Amino acid sequence: MPIIKTEKLTHTYSSGTPFERVAIRDIDFEAERGEYIGIIGATGSGKSTFIQHLNGLLKPTSGNVYFDGVDIHESKHHTKEIRTKVGLVFQYPEYQLFEATVFEDIAFGPKNMGISETDLKERVYEAAGFVGLSEDFMEKSPFELSGGEKRRAAIAGVIAMHPEVLILDEPTAGLDPRGQAEIIHNIMNYKNSRDATIILVTHNMEEIARNVDKIFLLRNSYLIDKGTPAEIFSDAEKLSSMGLKAPTAAIIATRLRALGLPVKEGIYTQNQLREELNAIKTKGGANA
Amino acid sequence: MLKDITLGQYFPGKTVVHRLDPRTKLVLMIAYITALFIAKGLFAYLFMFAVLLTCLTISKIKPKAILRGLRPVFIIIIFTVVLNIFFIRGETILFKYGIIEITAEGVITAVFMASRLMMLIVSTFLLTYTTSPIALTNGLEKMLNPLKKIKLPVHEFAMMMSIALRFIPTLIEETDKIISAQKSRGADFETGGLIKRAKSVLPIIVPLFISAFRRADELATAMESRCYHGGEGRTSMKVLRLSPIDYIALLFGAAIVASVILLGIYTN
Ligand SMILES: Nc1ncnc2c1ncn2[C@@H]1O[C@H](COP(=O)(O)OP(=O)(O)O)[C@@H](O)[C@H]1O
Ligand SMILES: [Mg+2]
Repeated sequence: MPIIKTEKLTHTYSSGTPFERVAIRDIDFEAERGEYIGIIGATGSGKSTFIQHLNGLLKPTSGNVYFDGVDIHESKHHTKEIRTKVGLVFQYPEYQLFEATVFEDIAFGPKNMGISETDLKERVYEAAGFVGLSEDFMEKSPFELSGGEKRRAAIAGVIAMHPEVLILDEPTAGLDPRGQAEIIHNIMNYKNSRDATIILVTHNMEEIARNVDKIFLLRNSYLIDKGTPAEIFSDAEKLSSMGLKAPTAAIIATRLRALGLPVKEGIYTQNQLREELNAIKTKGGANA
Repeated sequence: MLKDITLGQYFPGKTVVHRLDPRTKLVLMIAYITALFIAKGLFAYLFMFAVLLTCLTISKIKPKAILRGLRPVFIIIIFTVVLNIFFIRGETILFKYGIIEITAEGVITAVFMASRLMMLIVSTFLLTYTTSPIALTNGLEKMLNPLKKIKLPVHEFAMMMSIALRFIPTLIEETDKIISAQKSRGADFETGGLIKRAKSVLPIIVPLFISAFRRADELATAMESRCYHGGEGRTSMKVLRLSPIDYIALLFGAAIVASVILLGIYTN
């Protein structure tokens, strides 16, 4: 059974006013336990709206969300419980820091769950470890940290709740390449050690190409495609017509194919491309 | 959601009322409110109501939007009605129980007061629903311009007002976002006693203030780097000019006030 599933999920903002806007329409989505899922789409396509339904923050205008087969809006109590099982890291989460120390801030979530003092410390340190914040940071004010460190502290605040599903909304936006790589690495760490389900919202294709099992493609409030990275990235042209960019390796592979080189389909990471080119070179060498 | 609060909210449109100069609308609104206070007797009230209804129809404001706007002041209206019913003593007693006495005069006054109050409020909607906040501040600044002569910082007031208006939706949106983010971390804003609730505001207030200060700082830098130095010698991109429809509307306004005064004299 999928851990999260949506059926014909539709959400309309400011319904009944001149500002009415349908942000997502009829989205059917499924995530299996332990899967790493990417959601991609241009700005305004409805990604953030969609994920806020998965932990019950937004109520569907129509359609349903299921966690482990149970409708998450079945009862108020149930919805609240889901919030701790489905951890949601908002875009620019560093703006939600508010406590006097990093420790206190990371502890906010677990405290709300009623975790005891003894377990609390362990959880906070462990969560900080996942995001690579050493113990020296714990007693600092969150506002002294650098942008990347703040971001990681905020992510730790959600990880400390031990969510079974971790959803991150553009977690690398506005960071330098090194900061981006670190965060992607942190997420992978959490996934591997807890066998958690990860849902990553992004429009950075490179970072999604390397890790995810499945991609959902949103456009103008519609779910227009889903599949493995190989399937989604095989059509670099289609992606670029949507204002998105396929991973560089996929673009190069497509171009080479157009130039007559026998590069096989479904290449989207640098490693795959390197191997394929090496293979062609050896074959070519053997032919010569 | 917080965002759905109607806060002097502007509904874009292309009707005659939308196209009127903001100064015209301001003057007409003041004229209408004055006329409301002059109005005496059933006929004058019906006339004022007809005027309001016509304007609302022309401006294509939905009844739903008006009802939603009236909701926050509903308590005040009820309070006025209750106060008038119980405290105005008259000749014709309708109901008596101990010291409580309800008279026909009281009921009539209450009805008149309530309808005056409602018409007054709805007439302000006519202005705020059809005029963008920026146009409104421009109009105000232009009208208050003469006060600059006596060294009142009219431009600065107008600038502060338009910045505040500009950032109200942003701050509301931001509050929404912060509330959602803290809810995702299991924050509970709905249950618990007074102290617990007061404490639960902290995770919202602190980030909100930090971001408001950050925005203020960024805005100040952006304004300075574009050489903003106050109102002196500053010109507008959109120069307000009265058009023929403004003069016609003002004429109508004058006629309405005159009619109400005449109605008052005639019915007495
Ligand atoms: N709180 C809101 N109120 C009204 N409209 C909104 C709100 N949030 C998002 N929208 C609108 O819904 C659409 C989808 O937005 P969003 O889900 O944020 O997209 P994305 O995350 O893909 O950029 C956009 O057109 C946006 O303007
Ligand atoms: Mg978004």
